[in-house]
Amino acid sequence: MLSKAAVESFTKLHPRLMIKNPVMFTVEIGTALMGVVTILSAFTPGAFLGEPGYNLVITLLLLLTALFGNFAEAIAEARGKAQADSLRKTRQDTPARLLKDKVETTVPSSQLRPGDQFVCTAGDIIPADGEIVEGLASIDESAITGESAPVIREAETDHSSVIGGTRVLSDRIVVLVSAQAGESFLDKMIALVEGANRQKTPNEIALTILLASFTLVFLIVTVTLKPFADFLNAPLSIAAMVSLFVCLIPTTIGALLSAIGIAGMDRALKANIIATSGKAVETAGDIDTLLLDKTGTITIGNRKATEFFPVETMDKLAFANLAALSSLADATPEGKSIVELSRQLYGTEFSTPKDAKFIKFSAETRMSGIDLTSGQKIRKGAWDAIRKWAHLSGPETALTQTQVETIAAKGGTPLAVALDHKVIGVVQLEDIIKPGIRERFTRLRKMGVKTVMVTGDNPLTAKFIAEQAGVDDFIAEAKPEDKMNYIKAEQEQGKLVAMMGDGTNDAPALAQADVGVAMNSGTQAAKEAANMVDLDSDPTKLLEVVEIGKQLLITRGNITTFSIANDVAKYFAIVPALFAATIPGLKVLDVMNLSSPESAILSAVIFNALIIPTLIPLALKGSRYRPVGASSLLSRNLLVYGLGGVLLPFAGIKLIDIVVSLFL
Amino acid sequence: MNTEFNGVLLIFLASVLLAWPLGRYIAKVFSGQRVWTDFMNPFENRLLRLAGVNPEQSMDWKGNMKALLVLNLGFFLVAYLFLALQGLHPFWNPNGFGNWEPTLAFNTAVSFTTNTNLQHYSGETGASYFTQLMVFCWLQFVSAATGIAALALLFQGLKNKSAANLGNFWALFLKSNTRILLPLSIAVAVFLVFRGAPADFRGLQEITTLEGETQKVAGGPVAPMVAIKQLGTNGGGFFGPNSTHPFENPDYLTNAAETFSILLIPIALVFAFGFYLNRRKLAILIFGVMTLLFLSFNAVSITQEMKGNPAMEKMGLAEQPNLEGKEMRFGPVASAFWGVATTSTSNGSVNSMHDSHTPLSGGVYLVDMFINAVYGGVGVGFINFFVYLIIAVFIAGLMIGRTPEFMGKKIEAREVKIATLVVILHPFLILVGTAIAAFAATENPDLAAAWLKNPSFHGFRKWRMNSRRPRPTTVPVSKAWATTPPSGTS
Repeated sequence: MLSKAAVESFTKLHPRLMIKNPVMFTVEIGTALMGVVTILSAFTPGAFLGEPGYNLVITLLLLLTALFGNFAEAIAEARGKAQADSLRKTRQDTPARLLKDKVETTVPSSQLRPGDQFVCTAGDIIPADGEIVEGLASIDESAITGESAPVIREAETDHSSVIGGTRVLSDRIVVLVSAQAGESFLDKMIALVEGANRQKTPNEIALTILLASFTLVFLIVTVTLKPFADFLNAPLSIAAMVSLFVCLIPTTIGALLSAIGIAGMDRALKANIIATSGKAVETAGDIDTLLLDKTGTITIGNRKATEFFPVETMDKLAFANLAALSSLADATPEGKSIVELSRQLYGTEFSTPKDAKFIKFSAETRMSGIDLTSGQKIRKGAWDAIRKWAHLSGPETALTQTQVETIAAKGGTPLAVALDHKVIGVVQLEDIIKPGIRERFTRLRKMGVKTVMVTGDNPLTAKFIAEQAGVDDFIAEAKPEDKMNYIKAEQEQGKLVAMMGDGTNDAPALAQADVGVAMNSGTQAAKEAANMVDLDSDPTKLLEVVEIGKQLLITRGNITTFSIANDVAKYFAIVPALFAATIPGLKVLDVMNLSSPESAILSAVIFNALIIPTLIPLALKGSRYRPVGASSLLSRNLLVYGLGGVLLPFAGIKLIDIVVSLFL
Repeated sequence: MNTEFNGVLLIFLASVLLAWPLGRYIAKVFSGQRVWTDFMNPFENRLLRLAGVNPEQSMDWKGNMKALLVLNLGFFLVAYLFLALQGLHPFWNPNGFGNWEPTLAFNTAVSFTTNTNLQHYSGETGASYFTQLMVFCWLQFVSAATGIAALALLFQGLKNKSAANLGNFWALFLKSNTRILLPLSIAVAVFLVFRGAPADFRGLQEITTLEGETQKVAGGPVAPMVAIKQLGTNGGGFFGPNSTHPFENPDYLTNAAETFSILLIPIALVFAFGFYLNRRKLAILIFGVMTLLFLSFNAVSITQEMKGNPAMEKMGLAEQPNLEGKEMRFGPVASAFWGVATTSTSNGSVNSMHDSHTPLSGGVYLVDMFINAVYGGVGVGFINFFVYLIIAVFIAGLMIGRTPEFMGKKIEAREVKIATLVVILHPFLILVGTAIAAFAATENPDLAAAWLKNPSFHGFRKWRMNSRRPRPTTVPVSKAWATTPPSGTS
């Protein structure tokens, strides 16, 4: 990888590529200029043109500076390229079983068009991106996510999209093609990691302009120095002027700028986040408000039944049995957990009663249950729905009402059960807050990010969990438009909002949010609306995304500060050296006591070149981000990169001077 | 010596203390709240109506910029014509001065319109009282008011967070004159008159000196011109020698008042920023940064002037402190303080010969002029500081991991582009101008000898100073002046 990057640093010397980086482009021009001067000075040496040998050394050092810059970029790109190569292997042309008018024909995957349907069974490689329209399957997505555990994808759920290149492990699915060949998820991903269509982010452009203007200022400074020196009869060699210029312009940040950007995207990729643009990663660092779904993010999975509360007239075991019976056909995690709980408590094993009629949950009745052949009807559901159904209940209902309120106040969800239109008790469902999540929210608060929990729970329950988990705000009984409204309200206050979602009904909010992260398992609509896709479908990933974004900006800022701070020492090295003969008074500035004017200039140029590869690891790894307040973060970074940037070159240039003076 | 230090300390404290209420008042004027000067309303409205301006009409930045440019172009043309045809004035020309040479008229008109006030003439030998009042005094008012009005537009832009509906330049410009500059100038001018600065329309006065000889002494409407010259960070003096002249600056008290006048409005505008946008803490922070620089520059300059001239010491002349080019009635400390004040606010008036200050003092003045934002010129100083601030916030914002934002607005490519353009312009104009002069001087040493009064390193200062501000040595010392030496050494 290193040798490949080394070769590329030469090919990147092409002016057409170099001009994208104005700072390093001027270094290249300086190198070319010095090359010409070296040749000319071999024929006509003089005060202005200087010694050919010395000129050659300066020329080579400047070339080295430009090469180091290219090397940094090449090595940052190389890491993405390796990943792209392995991805490309996945994208082979696979046979697809096209389904047209219920007839299967086999065609190459490249001939699939959006709107086509194809069939996949166990062992097949999915030929194109799409949405399952029929069936469910377990799929191995390790080729893309690196995660070896298979995932379940099912039609008509929020987990219905499949990615071309992944493998079906079991069952049969019919998939509706959603992406043109060449525009698939995999294609986008390859382009992204290769940096083929890497666009400079707005912040990068702004910084480039700033650096270019610094360069222009120093160009004016060095060029005008010539007539000043002539006026004072101080001979000034062109090598000294070019060296001064290259040392003063911000080459360090100029050389590392694009490497920092690429490395930032790379870090996001390592966290299994696919960002549609570098801008999205940067924006993530700015997030003020984070909308998090309660389920899966703050609490583990789903609510679980933890306790049975029957009415006084009923025995607890009997109640548990009835509750479990009503849940047998209920595939929701809540329903399963009720059966599980009564098995745990009483060891009862249940088998599905024959000929019983299962009542599915519907949004209209908000109840589910079972009608047994004995004529018994059991229903369970939200308290208000059950109360309406249980019109035959006696006065004991009042007690149940109290129980319901107690459960809700403690953050639990009460699930009422009724038998033949009579309330028989409540099942307590509880959320289990993820261990360590509180600390993460504290960390986010220190970063200045406000966390908002979004839940369908009632406000009482939501408040309890919000306090338990340590989030700053919550939206209870949330409907999709509530999220949207909350995001808009925050944005109107000038805040940046991030959210994560997977369902199609999340899509508008994902699009509205400044950073929308869709889960890979989510629907196609959600993925298209988002500007990032989390391959792990891990809701806590947002926290990492924020840190990656901040880290990217901090690294950029720190190296810029360092680069500018470096100039101080270079002034002390070069300025006295330039005018050593004519203005002896300037000797006072030579605090480093460098051995000779030539050595002083050489040492500064060498330091300037060497600092680039020294900082490549920092550029690739990124400055560490600590969630402390803004002002302490600023003072710490100013101390390290500002003051450090002033002091380090004094030591560095002095050391190099000692070595250089041995050869002069 | 302690008295000298206490003197400048008092001047500084007085400026800051009075700048605070003035800042509040200016903010009220800008936002159209009720102030005691509202009695001017009918007069202002009539003027605006006469000019066909609707003061209520809010314009965007383009409309306002057009107004600013058109107005000042008009001022320039009128000033040029007045100067070039000075001899035609029927009155207020007791000494009968004639028309100006066209290039000098051009140079002077440009210079006064832009608040630069470079003087290649001497007021007492070239300018009629009409010219002094209706051209120079007038331009010193309007150029300062232009800067203040521009700042008012910036404030409104920051409040709006956009460049639409910034307000009306014409109205703000007029109010800056009538509500801010005029009242203050009247107060300062009256004070100067009481302390002995002349304000008359008589021509050269023949007096008999103690030695029994007769000589002619120039006077005129000096006090009003000095007041606005100090308050509006202009610096164009009535007489060639500026405020070293006893008529422009008769005694220590007038000197204190004039130094105070240099600093007052520039500091008040920083506070006005805080009041106008309700960001007092930020305003105090900005003031603090500027003050830190201002006081450090003073520390260097005052110590250097007190230490004296090392070259003189080498010659065995233990002259302490450096009194060359200083007025004895002010002393070295007050002269150094004025030096820093006048260069940091890009005022340019002098009460001593800056050319004769010690090298490091001179260096500080150059740095001061280069930064151009340590309080800075009225209005424009704050605008300059704001530009620096944008760049600083941009880098600092990155260092704390946020895409930079200032006053609720993101700093992106466009903002950086504009800010850096302003930053580049400064070194570009100064260095390139100096380089051309240096080149010309190297190529043609004979020619250079004619216009370059100082050789070698000292020569640079002249060009760089010239590109900013007048210095007494660039002003041909007048004959009248030569016959009336100032009290004290010079």
